[in-house]
Amino acid sequence: MSQPLKHDANEQYSKNCQAINNFVVRFANTNGTGSASSNNMFAKAILRMGIPVSAKNIFPSNIQGLPTWYEVRISENNFLARRGGASEIVVAMNPQSLDEDIANVASGGFLLYDSSRALTDSQFRDDISYLSIPISAICQKEYQDPRHRQLFKNVVYVGALAALLNIEFDVLKSLVADQFRGKDKLITPNIYALELGYQYANQHFTCPLSIKVERRDLVNNRIMVDGNTACGLGAVYGGATVVGWYPITPSTSVIEKFASYCARLRIDPASGKRNYALVQAEDELAAIGIAIGASWNGARSFTATSGPGISLMTEFLGLAYFAEIPLVLINVQRAGPSTGMPTRTQQSDVLTCAYASHGDTKHVLLFPKDPAECFEFSALSFDLADQLQTPVIIMSDLDLGMNDHLCNEFTWDEQQKYQLGKVLSKKQLDEVKDYGRYKDTDGDGICYRTIPGTHPDKGAFFTRGTSRNEYAGYTEKSAEYVANMDRLNKKFSTASTLVPQPEIIEGKSMAPIGLIYFGTSSHAIDESRQQLKDHGLAIDTLRIKAFPFNNQISPFIERHTNIFVIEQNRDGQMRTLLMNELTIDPAKLNAILNYDGLPITSTFIVEKVLNTLALQQKSQVS
Amino acid sequence: MSFQKSKFHHPRLPVNDLGLNYRDYEGALSTLCAGCGHDSITSAIVQACFELSLPPHQVAKMSGIGCSSKAPNYFLNKAHGFNTVHGRMPSVTTGANLANRELTYLAMSGDGDSASIGLGQFAHVVRRQLNMLYMVANNGVYGLTKGQLAATADRGMKNKVGEQSLFTDIDLCVMALQLGATFVARSFSGDKKQLVPLIKAAISHQGFAFIDIISPCVTFNNHPDSTRSYDYVHQHITTAAVTDFVPVKQEITSDCAAGICEDICLHDGSLMRIHKLQPDYETKNAMKAIVDIETHKKKGEILTGLFYLDANGEHYHEINNTTDTPLNKLTQDDLCPGSRVLSGINDSFR
Ligand SMILES: Cc1ncc(C[n+]2csc(CCOP(=O)(O)OP(=O)(O)O)c2C)c(N)n1
Ligand code: SF4
Ligand SMILES: [Mg+2]
Repeated sequence: MSQPLKHDANEQYSKNCQAINNFVVRFANTNGTGSASSNNMFAKAILRMGIPVSAKNIFPSNIQGLPTWYEVRISENNFLARRGGASEIVVAMNPQSLDEDIANVASGGFLLYDSSRALTDSQFRDDISYLSIPISAICQKEYQDPRHRQLFKNVVYVGALAALLNIEFDVLKSLVADQFRGKDKLITPNIYALELGYQYANQHFTCPLSIKVERRDLVNNRIMVDGNTACGLGAVYGGATVVGWYPITPSTSVIEKFASYCARLRIDPASGKRNYALVQAEDELAAIGIAIGASWNGARSFTATSGPGISLMTEFLGLAYFAEIPLVLINVQRAGPSTGMPTRTQQSDVLTCAYASHGDTKHVLLFPKDPAECFEFSALSFDLADQLQTPVIIMSDLDLGMNDHLCNEFTWDEQQKYQLGKVLSKKQLDEVKDYGRYKDTDGDGICYRTIPGTHPDKGAFFTRGTSRNEYAGYTEKSAEYVANMDRLNKKFSTASTLVPQPEIIEGKSMAPIGLIYFGTSSHAIDESRQQLKDHGLAIDTLRIKAFPFNNQISPFIERHTNIFVIEQNRDGQMRTLLMNELTIDPAKLNAILNYDGLPITSTFIVEKVLNTLALQQKSQVS
Repeated sequence: MSFQKSKFHHPRLPVNDLGLNYRDYEGALSTLCAGCGHDSITSAIVQACFELSLPPHQVAKMSGIGCSSKAPNYFLNKAHGFNTVHGRMPSVTTGANLANRELTYLAMSGDGDSASIGLGQFAHVVRRQLNMLYMVANNGVYGLTKGQLAATADRGMKNKVGEQSLFTDIDLCVMALQLGATFVARSFSGDKKQLVPLIKAAISHQGFAFIDIISPCVTFNNHPDSTRSYDYVHQHITTAAVTDFVPVKQEITSDCAAGICEDICLHDGSLMRIHKLQPDYETKNAMKAIVDIETHKKKGEILTGLFYLDANGEHYHEINNTTDTPLNKLTQDDLCPGSRVLSGINDSFR
């Protein structure tokens, strides 16, 4: 069973990594083996010990059989982006990826592996320690049901990690109790499996290791949740009642969560009937068509999709823009078309969404950085869409949508009232003299709309695309078309005052460097700031939260000699958008572009900044 | 282009139960070609809505893109309308209907709009059993883009420039029957006597109602080689049954010999009286209706009339168990779970 080991952890390396509450654990599993929930339990246990933690799934576009990884970063400093680089401890459960996983252990780190199968000579590195546990053999002996033999392997290694990393066993027990509430029969066998691992580790290794966790009180009231759950819940709070959708990774769970919260929270108490309607449509064209029809008819409505779905929705986005129909679209961005990289993250739909569709169109975009903002923006987007009578696109991404993130708890202000925008009631229609659907009475580019069925004689109009006059009548007169297009532009300027303002952090003295970033790149910024400071460089930062751009963005760019626009796509799409929309000197905008499908790291950012500065210096010297 | 009609009307025009006259149901002046079948459909819709005493503002007029899809502009001025995008009217109507189950949804589409670009949306809105009336003005061509063959064009038919339809035609009634529509009929824009009662019954029907209306395009498909010309249709039309629509509360006056007459009670209590011209004709067997349609087609005949009616089928909101209050009338109090619930949800993420 267990082979003689060349290097055991107990040999106590002098070179062993030393770390308390600051290291990375990488789990290597096979897709479809049930590892997700135990890996998640591991991350949550750290959280419940009061230590900040982040977790990333790296998974293939496949249901069963391919390698998946789960990377947990434990960071007392609250550095919660993907750290990148090798991990202090790798739990290697997938023979397929074993060589790669061994290579991924940091020098001085640890490899926990299933020693039921012997390693080959070439799989031994002499700079790391091997924690060999015959996990399969243990499960083979303990369980009869083949499914249990597979599933409990995952629980056994979590139990072992508890001993090795100093995780409080009671915390794990309470997590199991929470996870299986209502399925109480499962609690005891799960705790038993945890104990099997825990005891094995205690008996065979010196526990804890030189890397370990210690209880802290650093989490406060933060929560750990994924962005899609937050978006789905935000839509419930924002009052969405009609949803059309078509499944696509990584957006599917937005709708699944919306549906499950609705099933709990949106049932009419008196009749038991549903206060919502959810249609799995035939495709994304229909999904957005449903949302548009419902919004036109005065219900709050949304759809969620990812890149390929955005492509299919573009004709309708143009219609909604021109016909001025409120619409909420949640775009969980991924890498490109077809399969393969689509289960990886990117921010590569920025330009597509900003200008989606034919004719002169532009759309309101919101860029949440974490699940708390996903919740906030998702609820807010319904107000914005109603106020502006136009599509509002929430630009999430796979990292944000599908990974758990530690963030502020969700909040809802009871005083906050839905902003339904300029919608005329029957009474108002009776009072208004010369109603025109597209008349800019208030001078902000936003006109008054009416909902079908409101008034027996007044306010009805025929909704169509581009060609209409102020009274919604058909027109092909150039002057009327131009007037309408200019008003739409005015409305877009109004939008820039209503959308969330950028978050600007500037030191007392002006830093020469300004970083501009948005969305999930935010997670790497604090750490980058720290690392650049270690290099003697002070930076100011601006986080873009929305498009159209707020008027604080140009001055920020003007104030700094060197601007870095950080984004997760190849073509510098946000940089292009800034250049296109603002009157600024494009030469000032350096691009930092991460597009390998993995969440951006501070190491990457810092390296790019330093390289660019070095190059600039060189060219000044020569 | 559209022109508004003069609001003046004769004070002695007959009025309906709502005190409205026929002209209250009209729309803008049509800009379609003189003689276009679509205009006859428009006037049949106006008459049907007037006779049914439908409050015009309780109707939503939905359409895609095409000459036929322009038609909603020419009826029911007091109703909101939505000229959506080509082939996508069914999804927009789905959303609208989900948002407010109380309005009457009158949808106009073309054969290009529904049988080609929008075939997928057509199929799925039938499956969904949306409570609406879906009308297709079937002229065998794309009128608005100047006469290309539509997928409903009979195989072998030639359009005006002599291009022949080489492939199997799509029969939208057959598709609707196969996909479970609860009201399926075919009619001819030139036969108001048949069309008006069908539209009235279809509006009263609670569920997905489909009427395919042969509607000749005088400009691009009215030549001798066409199977959608007025002459051809007049010569080849055959009617399975003549239908009367008897509104709720009204006495049945039309006499009808026993055995060849069938009364079907609609959901709202009104009656559909069917005078069978063909003795073995029945309206409760979708499979037989498909066979009938195809058999007549093989003989070169266009079968019209009510093909199928299931007055008790469930529609979308019944299937979904949607609350009775239209979703667009629910308020923040009904919809927002509030901060207390949220703090419980927060706890589930700790
Ligand atoms: C996406 C898209 N493709 C093409 C067109 C051009 N187009 C407008 S109407 C039409 C065909 C309309 O045919 P049909 O639905 O039969 O209506 P008809 O004019 O015959 O009543 C086409 C192809 C369009 N508007 N949108
Ligand atoms: S082109 Fe044909 S379908 Fe279009 S309006 Fe003229 S006659 Fe009617
Ligand atoms: Mg046509």
